[in-house]
Amino acid sequence: MQSKTQITNETDAIKPPITSIGVIGWMRTNLFNGWFNSLLTIIVIYLLWKTVPPFVRWALFDSLWVSDGTACQQTDGACWSVVTANLRFIIFGFFPHDLQWRPLLAMLILIALLFYSRDRKRWKKSLGYTWVAALIIMGLLMKGGLFGLESVESSKWGGLPLTLLLSVFGLTAAYPLGVVLALGRRSRMPAIKTLCVIYIEMIRGVPLISLLFMSSVVFPLFLPEGVTVNKILRAQVAIILFTAAYVAEVVRGGLQAIPKGQYEAAEAIGLNYVQTMRLIVLPQALKIMIPPTVSVLISAFKDTSLVVIIALYDLLKTTQSVLSDPKWMGFSAEAYIFIAFVYFICCFFMSDYSRRLEKELAT
Amino acid sequence: MKTDSNHTNTSEVIPFWNDPSKRALFYQIGVLAMVGCLSYYLISNTIANLERQAIATGFGFLDRESAFEIGESLISYSAADTYGRALIVGVLNTLKVSFIGIVLTLVLGTFIGVARLSANWLVAKLSAGFIEVFQDIPILLQLFFWYAFFYEMLPSPRQALNPITGVFLSNRGLVFGIPADHPAHKYMAIAFAVACVLVYILTRWARKRQALTGRIFPVGRTSLALLIGLPLLVWSVGGFPTAMNMPKLGGFNFEGGLNLSPEFAALLIGLVLYTAAFVAEIVRAGIQAVSHGQTEAAMSLGLRKSHILNLVILPQALRVIIPPLTSQMLNLTKNSSLAVAIGFPDFVSVAGTAINQTGQAIEGVALIMIVYLCFSLLTSALMNWYNKKMVLVER
Repeated sequence: MQSKTQITNETDAIKPPITSIGVIGWMRTNLFNGWFNSLLTIIVIYLLWKTVPPFVRWALFDSLWVSDGTACQQTDGACWSVVTANLRFIIFGFFPHDLQWRPLLAMLILIALLFYSRDRKRWKKSLGYTWVAALIIMGLLMKGGLFGLESVESSKWGGLPLTLLLSVFGLTAAYPLGVVLALGRRSRMPAIKTLCVIYIEMIRGVPLISLLFMSSVVFPLFLPEGVTVNKILRAQVAIILFTAAYVAEVVRGGLQAIPKGQYEAAEAIGLNYVQTMRLIVLPQALKIMIPPTVSVLISAFKDTSLVVIIALYDLLKTTQSVLSDPKWMGFSAEAYIFIAFVYFICCFFMSDYSRRLEKELAT
Repeated sequence: MKTDSNHTNTSEVIPFWNDPSKRALFYQIGVLAMVGCLSYYLISNTIANLERQAIATGFGFLDRESAFEIGESLISYSAADTYGRALIVGVLNTLKVSFIGIVLTLVLGTFIGVARLSANWLVAKLSAGFIEVFQDIPILLQLFFWYAFFYEMLPSPRQALNPITGVFLSNRGLVFGIPADHPAHKYMAIAFAVACVLVYILTRWARKRQALTGRIFPVGRTSLALLIGLPLLVWSVGGFPTAMNMPKLGGFNFEGGLNLSPEFAALLIGLVLYTAAFVAEIVRAGIQAVSHGQTEAAMSLGLRKSHILNLVILPQALRVIIPPLTSQMLNLTKNSSLAVAIGFPDFVSVAGTAINQTGQAIEGVALIMIVYLCFSLLTSALMNWYNKKMVLVER
């Protein structure tokens, strides 16, 4: 009896029609369901066919990868040589040529640590200490002057290391400041609350570029005579002050999500303000805040490109100065596409990570 | 007895450093004193520095002759005008690019956001790719790219690209044909404004009547008819003027038509594409926030498709969409300050020139901050007003 039903099941199992499975079925459900979608698909395919093959021909088949500028002028394709021939300058700027292994090593440490920290299981106190140590080592590698490393003036820092430095140190320093500002904004003391609200709203209301202008032209006036602060540090301060206001809003969002009962329970067991925040509220709030923090990090990373306007040699500026060389004039598209790709890779990894975290943290 | 004494004891014994209200006062005075000292230190340094470097202070420079030209301006301006007028030209240019940018961004962003949710796999994936790519590239880099696109990649006006009749792309910018001047156009604009007012009155009346009597008035169709019909009527009265002011190649550049400079076009394209990517994400999230059960419930109530959209989906989706959308619009306005990098004379760029010429950096940067703060405060005021209107009424 049982075997019989099994047999009939096997033989009678009717296969779905060929038009609803496999490639054809997939196309029918996803591309050609209804006349409107079919029309849309055909139009899109036509447009792609018009644009993609010429682009591929320009970027790959007709392109030059290693040549000089004059050879590039003659070809119809892309001149990637503008990137390959100037890669070291684009990435490291004016950093002394034979010492460029140092920023490279610093960047590798940073990337390795970022990848290591991706896994939430590894977030322990020791990892925090590792980060602090790594940041110090990276700073040392850039600056030199100790342990037999040759000292390099910070005015020679440039390219990708500068971009990473401005964003990583910017966020590291902005984070604690942002937490303090957010706590101040939620404080019951009117004077402190007003100060924090004014600061946050004022910074969020103005463009970053006005703060950078301030750091480059107004800030020197604030200092007593004879004291000068180098340009990178001034821009870094502007970025920190700017990012802190955005971090503060993220933290405020996290704090608001903590139910009032948690505060009351903490008070009931006799914890004071600092203990309540450090042991009860912040650990819960910080967890909620991770995804929006990553998006603040992404925009901070993108915003560091604005230092071009005050003439710091970050990744964008080094590229531009390559393009102003008469030998390589006219290949902006290739050079800009290359650095756009660099920025895209970095931001894509971060936003992808933030989405994954959001899924993990969703309870 | 004992508890009583205890109570009095503790209330007397509380030292002032354990009294929360006094402690709060102490903290606040401390913080204010610190802020005060810091600002005193900075201000005194600044005054000393300004005196040493013999830099003038105050806003007197606003009345002086600016002596620099501005490439494009909405009001008449020449180098003989004052700094004040130059800055107004800058503000107007910022407002112009922001306003046009916001309108285009809303259209493109909504379109891509809806396309992202399309049942068509190809369209959905392409929109997702667009959103990801344009969000992840810094806006400044995009602006540089479009600027180089106009100056390096586009041909000279003689070989201008002509994708659609009447539209020319060249390294002198974007030129397109506009209807030739005709008195009827002015009256058409007036007719359109009148139609808008009529539609507003009609909507209110119809809503009131529906609330009172339950009878539904076809507001949508009547409004559409009014908005299109009234200007068309005026147009026909004016004698159907169809003459177009088409750009023609004359000498080295185009004559006639509407010409957008390469700087303006690059800025506009860059800002619109960048912000539209964010707007698309917001629109997608807003639509997805309305659960499918809402649509099904509305269907089971027997509502028509247009009513489902207007009465059930949109009011809920908009509540999610509007707040982040306003902040994106504000971001667009703030990002328009990057025009300074590609040479479009927006407010920051004009103020920067003024700072360079007069050396009055503090006043210049303060003006930049004040103007942008005004934009932000105005927007958030509007935003709060709208939020109050849209907030969930819980009973």
